[in-house]
Amino acid sequence: MRLGRRGFLRMAGVTAGTGLLAATRAQAKVPQATEEDTLPGVLVDTTRCVGCRACEAACAETNQLPAPPEGDEVMKTRRDMSQTAFTVVNRADAPGGGDRFGKKQCLHCLAPACASACPVRALDKQPTGPVTYDASKCMGCRYCMVACPFDVPKYEYEALAPRVRKCTFCAERQAEGLPPACVDACPSGALTFGKRHVLLEEAKRRIYSEPERFVHRVYGEREAGGTSFMYISDVPFEALALPAGVPEKPYPSLVAGALGAPPLVMTLWPPLLMGLYAFSKRRDEVAAGEQGHDQEDHHG
Amino acid sequence: MASAHAGALGQPSFFREKILLGMSLPEYLRSLITPFNLVAAAILAVGVPSLIYRFAAGLGASTNLSQAYPWGLWIGFDMMTGVVLAAGGFTIGASVQLLGLKQFHAIERPAILTAFIGYIMAVVGLLADLGRPWNIVMALVNAGAASALFEIAWCVMCYTTVLLLEFTVPFFEWLGWRRLHAVLKKALLGLTVLSVMFSTMHQSALGSLFLLAPTKLHPLWYTPFIFIFFFISAILAGISMVIVESALSHKVFARRMEGQPHVDVAAITVGLGKAGAIVAFAYFFLKLQGVIDGHAWGYLLTGYGALFLVETVGLVLVPSLLFAWGARHGKVGHIRVAATLTLVGIVLNRLNVSIFAFNWQHPVRYVPSWMELAVSLTLVTVGVLAFRWICNRMPILFEDPAFSHDE
Repeated sequence: MRLGRRGFLRMAGVTAGTGLLAATRAQAKVPQATEEDTLPGVLVDTTRCVGCRACEAACAETNQLPAPPEGDEVMKTRRDMSQTAFTVVNRADAPGGGDRFGKKQCLHCLAPACASACPVRALDKQPTGPVTYDASKCMGCRYCMVACPFDVPKYEYEALAPRVRKCTFCAERQAEGLPPACVDACPSGALTFGKRHVLLEEAKRRIYSEPERFVHRVYGEREAGGTSFMYISDVPFEALALPAGVPEKPYPSLVAGALGAPPLVMTLWPPLLMGLYAFSKRRDEVAAGEQGHDQEDHHG
Repeated sequence: MASAHAGALGQPSFFREKILLGMSLPEYLRSLITPFNLVAAAILAVGVPSLIYRFAAGLGASTNLSQAYPWGLWIGFDMMTGVVLAAGGFTIGASVQLLGLKQFHAIERPAILTAFIGYIMAVVGLLADLGRPWNIVMALVNAGAASALFEIAWCVMCYTTVLLLEFTVPFFEWLGWRRLHAVLKKALLGLTVLSVMFSTMHQSALGSLFLLAPTKLHPLWYTPFIFIFFFISAILAGISMVIVESALSHKVFARRMEGQPHVDVAAITVGLGKAGAIVAFAYFFLKLQGVIDGHAWGYLLTGYGALFLVETVGLVLVPSLLFAWGARHGKVGHIRVAATLTLVGIVLNRLNVSIFAFNWQHPVRYVPSWMELAVSLTLVTVGVLAFRWICNRMPILFEDPAFSHDE
């Protein structure tokens, strides 16, 4: 048994070593944000938003959703997106009195957690930028909802053929060369559509030109590895219902190490297990042989 | 008495002998009226209509799932827990077939049967939970290869097939199909290798699922190594499940064992107790490592900390010492108590990860609906009934003596 244990330890060492190798290789494959900076994005300057919710109405119309509630009453409570509202505007108190507004929708991550979670690629990151959903592939496991750090995907629990619902970044409009409906409808210049790297520069220019005013951070520059929707603000982002503490790592890299294991298991387990089998069989044969010798000795 | 009855009626029929255990239909039906069966029938009477209602009225009408809690009891218990409790299949299979631990031979078949039934029940639970279950075939054609769930889908499918093939060995003995039986018996070694391979992958991948929820799963449970934790605890669950199950089945089926070669359950239990002590101790230190890595010490003094301590100290460390004590002093009772505690601990771990400690900062908690509970309870009950039905008929607790010379 001593031999077996030593052999096992050696095997374990080899396995761990190769595992590390696989993990580092998998990590190297994760797309770098800089490569995708030419993708389209939207800059949300919350200091320019007047809370008119024209974006909500335009979104509902484009996506054939029920019209958003009218009146300012809805601004009194914090709202979340729902299966029938892909974008919502929330209110916060501004520093010098007055209101600040934050629009929420899918942030269209550069390396989306939801798409990497989806086992059937119903949610997928388009090369053109939007993270889109195809109900005909979806089996309704709702792992996307578990995975999304921004709690974006919503589910039609009441339906018999439920769908995942979320902002589409108006992928169809973009394909026709049009900006997303919400950007098109915004009257105050709070929303800017353009290439991500240009928007990022513009966001930082605005912060640098009024450093005493803005929070010194572009929300979405690094969150979850970078997102297509980015925010600047003069109130804490959490006050505008944007979740704090989202890791800066691209989400697919969180599972890369664990997903590096199956090829190892598939190549190492069968020979290792058959080796153990051969070992135990040999041990039995030796034991049987020794027993035979003993008996012979006795007879002799 | 049964044989006398069959004789009086002439030719013994297959149906009467193999299905009705040699009784006539009225006799058989009368024999079914037992307190256990009445309770089981009551559970099914609520659970089966609930399951039908879920498919007729939808997830929203039958469950308390929400936008914040997309996964509830059917994933947390039926899938996560059902699969880990079925881990005895590959653990014992590997011990007997690959490590040559012949002393566990007698419990290999019940362990494999438990695993087989467990996986089928888990899949039924999953189908109820999926919003678009008819699209489950999409997992075969659209490779979401970056998803741990894709790995699980394939491995569970392959492993259930392996379990089915392993189960055909006693099944063909029951039917008396010698030629096919011989073929599959020869294939057992290869099947066991496959079972270890698929189990390693999907048992750990069930943990990998939560790697994507660093902001949602409580820091005491979230660790980048959660997939290793899940794998080690699956082995521990396999060992514990086999200890509990062999104790129960050799009691319940004592009469069925009469006239069969003697199986020393006590000796097997002591052997499993040793393994249990080592694996539980290793698992406890892994859990400790998780706290150190996550710098989560501060959370130990909160309510979630108490839950974590109950899980790891009360239901892993304490049982590991009990296992060791029982194995050292040959106390079978201690080992059985340890195994039971361990099982409770692992069930609690799976529920903690998938339900209790998930979205822990969310103001509204998920509580399952009564229909969700009824369906989960029904799946467990159907599993137990199926296990008992098969054990009463097929050579599970022993090999058919007529086939033992074929090796």
